Amino acid sequence: MSKIVVNGKPQEIETTISISELIKLNNVAQPDMVSIQLNAEFVNREDFENTQVSDGDEIDFLYFMGGGSI
Amino acid sequence: MDFTEDQIQRYSRHILLQDIGVEGQEKINNGKVLIVGAGGLGAPIALYLAAAGVGTIGIIDGDVVDLSNLQRQVIHFTPDVNKPKVISAKEKINLINPDVKVITYQKLLTADNALEIIQDYDFVVDGTDNFPVKFLINDACVIAKKPFSHGGILRFDGQTLTYKPGTACYRCLFHSPPPPNAVPTCSQAGVLGAIAGMLGTIQAAEVLKYLTGVGDLLTNRLLTFNAKTMEFRTIKSKPNDKCPVCGSHPTVTGLVDYEQAVCDIESHRKNKNN
Repeated sequence: MSKIVVNGKPQEIETTISISELIKLNNVAQPDMVSIQLNAEFVNREDFENTQVSDGDEIDFLYFMGGGSI
Repeated sequence: MDFTEDQIQRYSRHILLQDIGVEGQEKINNGKVLIVGAGGLGAPIALYLAAAGVGTIGIIDGDVVDLSNLQRQVIHFTPDVNKPKVISAKEKINLINPDVKVITYQKLLTADNALEIIQDYDFVVDGTDNFPVKFLINDACVIAKKPFSHGGILRFDGQTLTYKPGTACYRCLFHSPPPPNAVPTCSQAGVLGAIAGMLGTIQAAEVLKYLTGVGDLLTNRLLTFNAKTMEFRTIKSKPNDKCPVCGSHPTVTGLVDYEQAVCDIESHRKNKNN
């Protein structure tokens, strides 16, 4: 098992999984709309499939928030 | 500038702060800040910046006050319904602090007018309700090398990031606008009124910190909170070399008016016809 941090909270995963799998694992409501940071660096959507997450990594899911004015 | 007796009294709680003092208060009084959107976020931002004595406050918004705004847009009062938001906001700012010069723009910020409008200001605050204008503010500020504060709220959540040239911009974190209607706005999904105040006052504090040079701005950090759990978090970020506007090979070199969500445009029309 690997210990990673997702949105500031510890999580245990199989040795390595892809970002796409991690998104599924965390039941992200709108997977097409989430932005991902891996260790504070932006990950391109095209790379979700082939970017592996492993022990010690910190991942943040960022969501669009559009409100303010109306 | 020399403060009058009244001004020394008015700003005494700032002047007492060791980090601000008379010198910092002068910087605030000389500051020029543009607030984009006189709504949920723009309201607390404008109220606190006015009270703080920001010398020039520009407000841009093309809407009129709607009854459904009053649940959170605390600068507008019940008799202001149907009044242009910029006029309603200007009236309150003048009542709070006659020191403040208010410049109103009763229109939308667009690709055509953004650079010209923002050039007159030291700092821009995003208090808008939609992604096309959020990305427009980001691109205009990056291109014009203008610092700004991004703010967004939805349901029980809020997020904010401060940009200064050289730090991570909104596009470094959120590459491009979501397709119209893919992500709900507050007018579609709702928002807890008080979180507009929570986030707007954080943005106002960032403006005052920027003008006075006090403390560490929310640069390269996205602050997010959820009002249900009252958990606050800052997510570290870095400038993204592949960012379409501030990266090393930018693809966004001019301003674009992105497509607005259809239901939002319809709700705008409905509001205008009320």
